[in-house]
Amino acid sequence: MSDHWKLFLRNLNEFWKAFRRNKLGLVGGFLILTALLAAIFAPALTPHSAVDIMRDSNGRALTFASPAMHSPLGTDDAGHDVWALLIYGARISLMVGFLAGFISMFVGSSLGIIAGYFGGAVDTLVMRVTDILMVIPDLPLMLVLVATIRQMDLKVSPLSVLILVIGLLYWTSAARLIRSQTLTIKERQFVARARAIGAGHWHIVRKHILPQLMPLIVTNTVLILSTAILIESGLAFLGLGDPTQPSWGTMLNFAFSRSAISNGAWWFYLPPGIAILWVSLGCILLGNVLEEMMNPRLAAHYLEGDKGMIAITDKETGL
Amino acid sequence: MARRDYLIGKMGISLLTLLFVLLLDFMLFRVLPGDPVRAVIGRNVRISADVQNSLRAQFGLDKPIFPDQFVDTLGQWARGNLGVSWSQRRPVSEILISKLWNTLLLIGLGQLFSIIFGVMLGLLAGWKRKTPFDIGALTFSLIAWATPTFWLGIILLVAGSAWFGLPTGGIVSPANIGKPLHTVLPDLIRHLILPTLTFTILYLGEYMLIMRSSILETLSEDYILTARAKGMSNFQVLMRHGLRNAMLPMVTIIALNLGFTVSGAIYIETVFSYDGLGNLVQTALVKQDYPLLQGAFLLLAVSVIVANMLADFLYTYLDPRVKAN
Repeated sequence: MSDHWKLFLRNLNEFWKAFRRNKLGLVGGFLILTALLAAIFAPALTPHSAVDIMRDSNGRALTFASPAMHSPLGTDDAGHDVWALLIYGARISLMVGFLAGFISMFVGSSLGIIAGYFGGAVDTLVMRVTDILMVIPDLPLMLVLVATIRQMDLKVSPLSVLILVIGLLYWTSAARLIRSQTLTIKERQFVARARAIGAGHWHIVRKHILPQLMPLIVTNTVLILSTAILIESGLAFLGLGDPTQPSWGTMLNFAFSRSAISNGAWWFYLPPGIAILWVSLGCILLGNVLEEMMNPRLAAHYLEGDKGMIAITDKETGL
Repeated sequence: MARRDYLIGKMGISLLTLLFVLLLDFMLFRVLPGDPVRAVIGRNVRISADVQNSLRAQFGLDKPIFPDQFVDTLGQWARGNLGVSWSQRRPVSEILISKLWNTLLLIGLGQLFSIIFGVMLGLLAGWKRKTPFDIGALTFSLIAWATPTFWLGIILLVAGSAWFGLPTGGIVSPANIGKPLHTVLPDLIRHLILPTLTFTILYLGEYMLIMRSSILETLSEDYILTARAKGMSNFQVLMRHGLRNAMLPMVTIIALNLGFTVSGAIYIETVFSYDGLGNLVQTALVKQDYPLLQGAFLLLAVSVIVANMLADFLYTYLDPRVKAN
């Protein structure tokens, strides 16, 4: 175990050295990290909460007040501090985006591995379902689904509905990618050898196929996060967010529907959009750089633990 | 023969998708709480159980859901009967048709401009690879990819109205509603500028990226070398041999993108209060007008599926390699 651990640390160190050279990747990482930190340490970054109302000396709510010392990004139509809304909104936007992204990646990877590894009827079924889902226009489908599920009185929070609908609809491209990669790995020598010495399906998938796929899965998770965050903001803008837990998209919905534009309150409608752009650009930059670095053909290099075996096997077979 | 098999396979998928959409839309109608009969009569009217039962029989609601009610519903939809909108008290199909042309106009213009500019810029970026122009083009498309559609719309709306005095919403000025088309054309164009611009900026980036990688691939083919050896200039080679071949993947992409285009229309029409299907979907959502929402979904999904099917046919004619394989 300690040998594996050392190998992992060494690989991690090598990875960091290679990553550090890439400016775009560093920028992407910085964008994501700052947003995450802002979400985690929200209470430390603002004295107000998202529901506090700013008032003048006469106790009247300050509505659409422009940026000032007490509220660095001004106030919204009800007198809430926009900076506080933005910082606490990061929690909602990132939570929904990340959970939805992870669900779609988990579903996509699982189905892709199952389809690629077992082939046959299972493969056909999974591929037909992806064919179907890819053609149906996604936004109208999601709107109809979310709206109908909301109406059904199922006692689930609006945000959970959003997370599940986004997560369970966006796995198709991941499933295709993982499937095609599984198909090639399955044919390699070490899988045939493992099977020859009597390893079961579960063992082969877990010990031999999954580690090879891991770089691809990580890269695509990062890329899919940007999609999930953008989709969440869009659905929230169209009014499907949770008004009691405003995300950046919900803020834009409020700004748009409560006449921030005609009031010239740019501090209300610019920051949430910049925040969405910030995070999704970060994910795209980081994802693209990781994709370049973790090209599946070179993957064995960055693997941890017992996968060190694979590199040796590869040298032997010349693969 | 190969082409026929390929097309039959593609047709099969399309029909399967169509069936899935119809089934889903039907199911969504069914899972809604509340009794359809009560929804038709209105909640406050008192009627006896006997009358309710006879109404139920009249609507076919006493029959089993599968297959009887499903087949009945499909028959209704095929005849263009999509139910009655709750908020507007008009047949859903009538409302949808009245908005259809506006949306087609917006999507058509947006696609036209983004394809023209995307192909041109992508061609240039691929040709002049690794120059500042190429890097600028790539940066632009990355940022366009990461920008929320509706937010860009809001910014263009503010900038366009403040700096150029462009209208912020609607399709013609209120005074011009109902007048014949040729008299309001300049007004219509002014209203179309901002939504079309938003559309173009957002989809330009994607087309540019695809065109760029497609031309890079094409330029490494042997026939490009042959063309150069014949003494053609770089520009001639690019236009005669590069562009034509690199355009092939674009056909599929444009078709595949149609679903994506519909999303764009929903956001952009909402921001610019443009009187089309997208805006209608958003209004139906806010007013919880389910028949209208589900009717719009049906129309949008079926159009996209059919368009994809047509693109598959078109592709086999454009690319001789599909025929041969």
